[in-house]
Amino acid sequence: MHFDAGVGHIGGNLSCIDILIVLFHKLISSNDKFILSKGHSAGALYIALWSINILKDSDLATFHQDDTLLAGHPLPNKIKNISFATGSLGHGLSLSAGIALSKKIKSIKGQVFCLTSDGEWQEGSTWEALIFSCHHNLDNLTIIVDHNNLQGFGSTNDIASMSPLNKIINGFNLEVITINGHSPEEMLSALKKKQNKCRMIILETKKGNGVSFMENKMEWHYLPLNKDQYNQAIQEVDRV
Amino acid sequence: MRTQLSDGLIKLANQNNEMIFLTGDLGFMALEKLRDKLKEKFINVGIAEQNMIGVAAGMASEGLIPWVYSIAPFCYARPFEQIRNDVSFHNLPVKLIGNGGGYGYGVMGATHHAIEDYGILLTLTNFRVFIPCFNEDIYPVLKLSNSNEKPTYIRLGYDESDQEYVPPKYESWRQLTRGDGPVIIVTGPIATTYIKAFEKLEKKKRPNLWILCELPILEESLPKNLIEQINLTKNLFVIEEHVAQGGIGSQISLVLIKNNISVKRFTHLFATSHHFEKSGSQKYLRKKCGIDLNNVLSRL
Repeated sequence: MHFDAGVGHIGGNLSCIDILIVLFHKLISSNDKFILSKGHSAGALYIALWSINILKDSDLATFHQDDTLLAGHPLPNKIKNISFATGSLGHGLSLSAGIALSKKIKSIKGQVFCLTSDGEWQEGSTWEALIFSCHHNLDNLTIIVDHNNLQGFGSTNDIASMSPLNKIINGFNLEVITINGHSPEEMLSALKKKQNKCRMIILETKKGNGVSFMENKMEWHYLPLNKDQYNQAIQEVDRV
Repeated sequence: MRTQLSDGLIKLANQNNEMIFLTGDLGFMALEKLRDKLKEKFINVGIAEQNMIGVAAGMASEGLIPWVYSIAPFCYARPFEQIRNDVSFHNLPVKLIGNGGGYGYGVMGATHHAIEDYGILLTLTNFRVFIPCFNEDIYPVLKLSNSNEKPTYIRLGYDESDQEYVPPKYESWRQLTRGDGPVIIVTGPIATTYIKAFEKLEKKKRPNLWILCELPILEESLPKNLIEQINLTKNLFVIEEHVAQGGIGSQISLVLIKNNISVKRFTHLFATSHHFEKSGSQKYLRKKCGIDLNNVLSRL
């Protein structure tokens, strides 16, 4: 899809595709809401929605083309299961908190899952939303951090480090757990655990996971694939 | 207008179970009754305006009707991207209430002034803006906002009309004084500082003062009387406590040009700046940019 369109953002899509598949296949029901705060991983979300028959092959073929509903970052009010146009970082957690608190006020069942990037925690608004979520004890909200350690122009540690994120977060009144973000078993087990407070699941992930020449390489935040790279990547992914 | 705001929202809350009120830690000595009425649906979000707007958008997406309150610039300037991306892009019925429109916070300083609010928000094409002029306008404006299913901004100010003055019933356009003088179109309660002095003028000089309370200007809403008066006098003033860019001066000009209505004299008086040599009250700042009564009278 990205190769056909000649576009990048592949690295951050591959670091979170596993959690999206787990969420949409094993967890999210019609009462639940998922918010993709890291909107640049729209491609992975489209694939996850395709895998549960919300999107079709013909939809994916339009990705990043003229006349598409599948833009590089999600569009507003276009696709079932995509509630918000995201792409500017630092918006998704407030939206999720608003939804989660509404559910509590209206006594409506359902969980809210918000997927953030790790670089996104450099946005002040994300911390505003975290304070709010903890203060209101949003025990129906799960914050998922795709902790791949790399952002657009360097590593998170080199740019504005919050390492170790789990220790910094630990002072807040929420449940924090750090797990392997490429282990479906670990993710499912963490997500299924009973929740008593707002919780954060930090996923240790690899940018470009599953493709040897992309893994943990910052440049795959933006780069598109050439033909040879595409063939190699497909071979490696198919082997898995 | 805050008392009327609180009372009006309490009235609406009795009819609307979905109302939720968010404040960015503002409302001391004004919104206590509303807080007591709404209970858990009155949320002091804290000093975090970006989050406040995002939370409001999330709530609106779940069917609640959020009213979001702060000092005007903290309401529209600080969280502008959240207003654009989260509220406007999704066309959600979030109602922003900015207190102290124009130079309303006076000598509190430029950080608290809101002289570009409706211009900025009207760049978002689905926003509807209400600028009540009199205290009596608040409830009708709240009712209209409540039924508006799109994003809304209400600019609050201070009604300075005489206690005995009875304003005409709320409408988007209202004529406040009549005479053979120029047509003057005004937004906001600064109009209340002109009424008495205009009424004292002899008929020949007395302006036709119009107050405009809803933006953007809908061409079909232009009153016939107003058009007739403009055609007759060919002398039009537009006065607003807002910068010229994005203000009603340009909006009105465009409507007139599109409808082949011409004038011989066009005077636009507006908020010229956040910054002057020295600062002062709202009255002082209005005078500095020439939208005060004395300057208006001298320009007639």
